Amino acid sequence: MPAIQSQVAEEVHPDVALVARAKLGDTAAFEQLVRQYERQIFRVAQHITQNREDAEDITQDAFFKAYEKLEQFQGNSKFSTWLVRIAVNESLMRLRKRKTSRTVSMDEDVQTEDGSIPRDFAEWRPNPEQLYGQSELGEILRKTIQGLPPGFRTVFTLRDVENLSTEETAEALGLSVPAVKSRLLRARLQLRERLSRYFRKKNGEAKP
Amino acid sequence: MTCTEFLSKLDDYFDGKVDADVLAEVQAHVKKCSHCEVVLDTTRKTISIYRENEVYEFPAELRERLHAAIMKKCSKAKV
Ligand SMILES: [Zn+2]
Repeated sequence: MPAIQSQVAEEVHPDVALVARAKLGDTAAFEQLVRQYERQIFRVAQHITQNREDAEDITQDAFFKAYEKLEQFQGNSKFSTWLVRIAVNESLMRLRKRKTSRTVSMDEDVQTEDGSIPRDFAEWRPNPEQLYGQSELGEILRKTIQGLPPGFRTVFTLRDVENLSTEETAEALGLSVPAVKSRLLRARLQLRERLSRYFRKKNGEAKP
Repeated sequence: MTCTEFLSKLDDYFDGKVDADVLAEVQAHVKKCSHCEVVLDTTRKTISIYRENEVYEFPAELRERLHAAIMKKCSKAKV
């Protein structure tokens, strides 16, 4: 059965040379890094904040901060992980500002058991892609991930959407590996449970 | 293997990181537990559907505008 693979260990990453050149003031090298990661950073920011204007601002700020702090980047981690970390911090800060009454941190939501125990055991038949058109599917996916607590949403986004490894996700979020694993499991199960309302095999009952 | 133990192995299982003996246990559990069989299949689909569908659009126009804004901002920074 096919497993979902994350990245294999790499040799010297091509970013290393680009970062070195950028550190020496080569703007074209930095611009290439921006080209490579602007889409990813925007996507991460939008997943976390669920707001397009915020995501645009965060993408600009994240690259600007990275540019300013480039000297501090030691190369112990991948450049992309470092960049994602900056973007995540900016995104969480933005969320906190927006929701003054609610705390937003990576430490919240740990207690909630909601949705972490599977309840819906219906198969998904036919496959969701056959059941819904592209735009309707996109709407369902957006609505569903929006309902997750920010901490879970963030872990899911980095691990499953952006395909970071558990270790990279832990590094980007300042969490321990077990904490990432426990949040990821809950995030996946909650999403699965919510998606199941749309995708479960129907036994003649009405659509949700 | 209980259902709870099965769930705790899901992540490593998807990553192909479980040892052969654990893998055998997972497979044996799924064979006899139809609930976990469904959970395995639908969780895998949950991941792949988010990975394969661009949930948020990033049109070329937005990309160019953002890119220009980033480079403009950085050009004003110290180096
Ligand atoms: Zn089971």
